[in-house]
Amino acid sequence: MTGQADASQVPALEMRGITKIYPGVVANDGITIDVRPGEIHALLGENGAGKTTLMNVLYGLARPNEGQILLDGQPVEIADPADAIRRGITMVHQHFMLVPVFSVAENVVLGDETMANPVFVDRREANRRIAELARRFGFDLDPNEKVGNLSVGQQQRVEILKALYREAKILVLDEPTAVLTPQETEQIFVLLRRLAEDGRSIIFISHKLYEVLEIADRITVIRRGRVIGERRPGETSEEDLAELMVGREVELTVDRGESHVAGPMLRVAGVRVLGDRGREIIPSLDLEIRAGEVLGIAGVAGNGQDELVQALIGLRPFAAGTVTLDGHDVTGYSPRQMNEAGVGYVPGDRHRYGMISAFPIYDNLVLTSYYRAPYARGLLRDDAAILRAAQEKVERFDIRTPTVTANAGTLSGGNQQKLVVAREFDRPLKLLVLDQPTRGLDVGSIEFIHHQILAQRDVGAAVLLVSAELDEIMEMSDRIGVMYRGRIVATLDGRTADKSEVGLLMATGASDRARAEGATA
Amino acid sequence: MSGAPSGGDRQRLRQALGDIALLLVGPVVAVALALLVGAVGIALFSGLLPAGKPLDVGLPARAYYALFTGAISTQTFVYATPLILAGLGVALGFKAGLFNIGGRGQFLMGALGAMTIATWLGTSVPAVVEIPLALGFAMLLGAISGFIPGFLKATSGAHEVVTTIMLNYILADVLYWAVSGPLVPARAPQPITINIQDSSTAALPGLPVIGNLGVVIAVLAVPIVWFLLYRTTLGFEIRTAGANPDAARYGGMKPRRLIVLTMTVAGLLSGLAGACILLGNDYQMTPGYDTTVGFDAITVALLGRSNPVGAFFAALLLGGMRAGSGPMQIQAGVPRELVDALQAIILLFLVMNVLRHWLGSRAARGAEMAGIETVTRTYGRESV
Repeated sequence: MTGQADASQVPALEMRGITKIYPGVVANDGITIDVRPGEIHALLGENGAGKTTLMNVLYGLARPNEGQILLDGQPVEIADPADAIRRGITMVHQHFMLVPVFSVAENVVLGDETMANPVFVDRREANRRIAELARRFGFDLDPNEKVGNLSVGQQQRVEILKALYREAKILVLDEPTAVLTPQETEQIFVLLRRLAEDGRSIIFISHKLYEVLEIADRITVIRRGRVIGERRPGETSEEDLAELMVGREVELTVDRGESHVAGPMLRVAGVRVLGDRGREIIPSLDLEIRAGEVLGIAGVAGNGQDELVQALIGLRPFAAGTVTLDGHDVTGYSPRQMNEAGVGYVPGDRHRYGMISAFPIYDNLVLTSYYRAPYARGLLRDDAAILRAAQEKVERFDIRTPTVTANAGTLSGGNQQKLVVAREFDRPLKLLVLDQPTRGLDVGSIEFIHHQILAQRDVGAAVLLVSAELDEIMEMSDRIGVMYRGRIVATLDGRTADKSEVGLLMATGASDRARAEGATA
Repeated sequence: MSGAPSGGDRQRLRQALGDIALLLVGPVVAVALALLVGAVGIALFSGLLPAGKPLDVGLPARAYYALFTGAISTQTFVYATPLILAGLGVALGFKAGLFNIGGRGQFLMGALGAMTIATWLGTSVPAVVEIPLALGFAMLLGAISGFIPGFLKATSGAHEVVTTIMLNYILADVLYWAVSGPLVPARAPQPITINIQDSSTAALPGLPVIGNLGVVIAVLAVPIVWFLLYRTTLGFEIRTAGANPDAARYGGMKPRRLIVLTMTVAGLLSGLAGACILLGNDYQMTPGYDTTVGFDAITVALLGRSNPVGAFFAALLLGGMRAGSGPMQIQAGVPRELVDALQAIILLFLVMNVLRHWLGSRAARGAEMAGIETVTRTYGRESV
């Protein structure tokens, strides 16, 4: 067993009574946590619970108003990230900080170059140390490969290698599995356990309860800036953790109920879609969704899902093929025409397509309908009507904000997503296109949004759900299509599909069975 | 609606006042810092001034006093007029995410348009006909000058910063050509146009206290532009396209069309600025006729936080500084060019976004508006 560090041991890191107050918000309210050498300590909490602030304090990005940080029992002041790194604290961010055109080795030594002389980097020494680390911890990485050619999971390992190269004793991983396939997640867990065995301390931040239960030696739950509880995986359950996090009982798996599937609503035939630089992303794709049905599209990010969704919504042209919605040809419709034809859209990148952070909530709620009654009379806006409708939607969709005139950017991630949902779901829809609708959200918001999606399904909308979150796909879909390199390589029944099979299809484009058949053929 | 304000109304009011305070703090800090730097400069260099004595710490106060009292004059309004109009043009561009540096060329085309009508019609028609015609033609030429870079950006992606700067040179040369030949009266001894006050009916009538009719036009333009931006669906489209072009496209708007439209209206406003100053103040042109209004308007728009009302007050401030600079030179002996330096320092502090560094990101986020980002963002990665 790893990390059965005995309690008498001096913690590698101790944060005592950390309080951080931002104007109007107490982000951390007397938080005390510790991590022992060789321990994997998970930090669990909703969006805005204060995990990020706490880690910023640790990393020298924010100064606490009160409290103390101790490393190996010694009180320290951490001035800035460079200071934190010097003291052996490293953070692996959700968004990797790598230079794609540099090799693995170059990225690893960047910023901490071993110099052969004042001018040239000692590549040989650097390569030797990298090779040694890779061997010791079982990294499967070629030091000379360009980072741009690596998969997301491999890039993450480069980040961790970078931390090890800097002799990190305490590693902070901020939602490390958010972008990984199930197989890659398993690999990273193996690596993390090896690091813990080596005596390093790991702080693991995540929303995913089952992962935390699997990997952590100890779990600290934070809510509204305070430590609510501490658990060991053996003595808790997902339900217990979710309740601690949210403060009430949460349905972890939506009861998706019975789908009442009717006739075909969306039919996509032979569509070809090009990428930004004219490269063919989707060679030819067919799919059909019936009214009242949820079709989940599983796939590793970057296999053409974005392009498919954008084309369906009218933001990207079809190079070939036809799209039929409820019996009408809607090929080549503009975003507004699609909207008027009864298509709702929840974008994957809500900051890019979904909302305007600098605009108030009420303006964001009319982004697609500002020009028509009742929000406009002729060329003039009807602000009274817009405000009234906004007030009503904020209440109905439980968007937590002091006022509808607040800027959308001031909302938490979950509430921003609710804002998008409130705008798009507010009318009877024929087709609902969802691109990662719950990415980065906490369990409470996910529960809410899943219920809203099912409500739309129940009144007869066809739902296209694109998600890298395999659990979400498995839970919500009547049918599952796996997308790989611009093609739907398999369509499975949502009730009988097996998670590991879908994962394998996502990663390789073929299942074990198909591969076995291919090998014998 | 009940008579007494409800809790929600009061909260909204409080938030609105808070927003305004956040908007004001940046410009006020920038102006205050610039005045401070100016004061230090005056004191340091006081020994170099004629009749000055070394390190005269009282001199800055005397100079600013003269600047302030000198600004209480009709000239403030006259100087502010083109700054208001051109400043509105730049501010409108900022709202749409466009950096219109073409104010100079657009202004010159406006002045040229007004001069063309005045020369052509002379005294043959009454002022009530000639003035609207002159203003209208000025707006048309200004609008065309704005349309060109807008069209180029929408169709080819050519950046408006580059095209408007290039167009400034071209349009200044167009004016040079026109005033060297076509607009010179037959018997003129040198290339110079008619004097509008003497030989046409296009001169803007003078008004007590505020100067002339141009001031009224500029002041009227403020609520019109405000209404366009905040009360019409078109204004919402312009602001959305500026704040997030991708979201605008998803919302069914047409960012390319909005770019062309916004640049055209911006050009129209700058052209009107040129006409107002020509018909109300300058009256005559030589081939080298030129202006700094196009660039001052950028300061106005930034200082006014890209808001029409803000731009109005910013223009009054800069106009006042210009009006007071003469009295300052006479009474305190400080060269009037100090005002140019002050204006430049204000702009520097604005663009440096001192607030972001001083107040932390949260307050700065609230205080930030389209203008600064449009100026300071990295160019070349927009998706239009």
